Amino acid sequence: MTKTNLKEKFHKPDVRGRLAAWKAQPAKRQDFLRSLCFLGPSLLGVIIFFVVPFLVVVYYSVTDGSSDANFVFLDNFINLFHNGAFHIAAKNTLKFSFTAVPLAVILAIVLALLLEARIPMKSQFRTFFLSPLVVPVASVVLIWQVIFSYNGTLNQFLAVFGADKIDWLKSDYCMLVVTVLFLWKNLGYNMILFMSGLANIPRELLEVANVEGASPVYCFFAIKMRYLSPTVLFVTILSLIQSFKIFREVYLLTGSYPYDGLYMLQHFMNNTFNSLDYQKLSAAAVVIALFMVALIAILFAVEDRFGKDVEG
Amino acid sequence: MRKKRYVSRSIVFVICAIFAIAFLLPTVLTITNSFMTESEINANYGAVFNDKQSSSFQSGQVNLKFIPDKVTMSQYVNGLIRSPDYLIKFWNSVLLTLPIVIFQVGIASLAAYGFTRWRGKIRGFIFFFYVILMLMPYQVTLVPNYLVSKWLNIYDTRWAIILPGAFAPFSVFLLTKFMRRIPYSLIEAAKMEGAGEWYIFTRICLPQCRAALYSIVILVFIDYWNMVEQPLILLNDPEKQPLSVFLSTINTGEIGLAFAMGTVYMIPCLLLFLHGEEYLVEGIAHQGSVKG
Repeated sequence: MTKTNLKEKFHKPDVRGRLAAWKAQPAKRQDFLRSLCFLGPSLLGVIIFFVVPFLVVVYYSVTDGSSDANFVFLDNFINLFHNGAFHIAAKNTLKFSFTAVPLAVILAIVLALLLEARIPMKSQFRTFFLSPLVVPVASVVLIWQVIFSYNGTLNQFLAVFGADKIDWLKSDYCMLVVTVLFLWKNLGYNMILFMSGLANIPRELLEVANVEGASPVYCFFAIKMRYLSPTVLFVTILSLIQSFKIFREVYLLTGSYPYDGLYMLQHFMNNTFNSLDYQKLSAAAVVIALFMVALIAILFAVEDRFGKDVEG
Repeated sequence: MRKKRYVSRSIVFVICAIFAIAFLLPTVLTITNSFMTESEINANYGAVFNDKQSSSFQSGQVNLKFIPDKVTMSQYVNGLIRSPDYLIKFWNSVLLTLPIVIFQVGIASLAAYGFTRWRGKIRGFIFFFYVILMLMPYQVTLVPNYLVSKWLNIYDTRWAIILPGAFAPFSVFLLTKFMRRIPYSLIEAAKMEGAGEWYIFTRICLPQCRAALYSIVILVFIDYWNMVEQPLILLNDPEKQPLSVFLSTINTGEIGLAFAMGTVYMIPCLLLFLHGEEYLVEGIAHQGSVKG
């Protein structure tokens, strides 16, 4: 290809020609307009409430707070990473997500497998496991306080075995507590997803394996896990999103200024909102958004490697 | 062999039962404790809630109880009739959640039809963008929401929460997944008969998705009924807070009342759950993988 050819190709998109072609195809045009009628309301709302303001957030994150908004490139991000509160919040949130999410996935698989057995009251068990999902956090928070407070039931129970009292919510055990609360709320939902994943495995395959004398353990890892891998990906992503909502439990249990170990990203955002530091807020939002996108891309890539032969 | 299987099934049953008890206990305890008198609550849990105020720990005993000594409705009477505060906050929750559910599901069913009926590169890309947006946590989306609420002058009003909620992409994603399961021949046949798009949408697509719509209504309702993050940032006025936030600001002297109001607060969710559990389970199960 010659140079002029290239130039023509890239610098002169044939807009007029394409427009004419588009006009010449009334069916295509009609389809476009019709689809716009249905997609329009949603698109408009998403653009107004999410896209445009997020672009402004990005703009805020690379400019300073003065009236003529000087371009400062990465300064806001550097400040953010030097911010002690952000450090603690990010560390706690990551620590929580990376322990709670794998647990939520594994235990949900265990529950789904348990309910595969032929036992009585199966559908009741499913209902019971799912019930925490619909109970608002605010409603049961008092019971959690009774159980986990310093003078609470759990300490009393442990005292029977001669254990010392632990201040669950104000010591390093707090992570354990919120992980339990997280699992309590989300296991049922994940379990349903895995149950439907298990139901989609072709029965013949499992029967053949059974006849050939494959052990249940082999069956699980060689067959079931392969078929479940898209579900594992989905549940992991879902649990990840849910894990960012653990703030609800923490806030309702301990308020705006919890024990250091429970200071979550949302606490940081709330306190930054109160001081109206747009630059810091925007930088934090952009960092979290990028982090989520990267994490999800990695999860997709991992799933792509391990589960591609059974898809479709 | 048979005996061995019987034993292993019993073990599975026992494990399931233990899990079931653990899952049910907090909810059940909240409900039973709401029927206790204030003095009984104080006697049982005083040691827990009084240490909030005094810095030194008292060495009280906590007595977690299932069945109240004396069943009373007095907490409910106090909360619902004597002091209007809780009713107002409950009503706030209704006024925030219902419009979001109605608008979000309405707008989403239109959009889902758009994504199902017409495919194309641009629409595919937009759908992918919706999925990414759906995966963004509140820590990201609340900053844009806050900015918009300031621009549109709706900060500190219900609309600051309702409008972004109405356009949240979660329902679009889920409904599109459901609608794509409708056999295309059905739509094609209707078109051959000369049916317009609106007719196909309302008479063929939506009836086919009835179960999906119900399950989405339940999921969206539960999520927003439980909201904490948005009102804390977008509502300044304590009077406008929903009950989900207000319940945590309760005084130590009113623990019994809090149990009762917590129970009242979970009633709409429990009713929806008990009525639509099958649909809900089906709705969750069909989410499948994020791809496709």
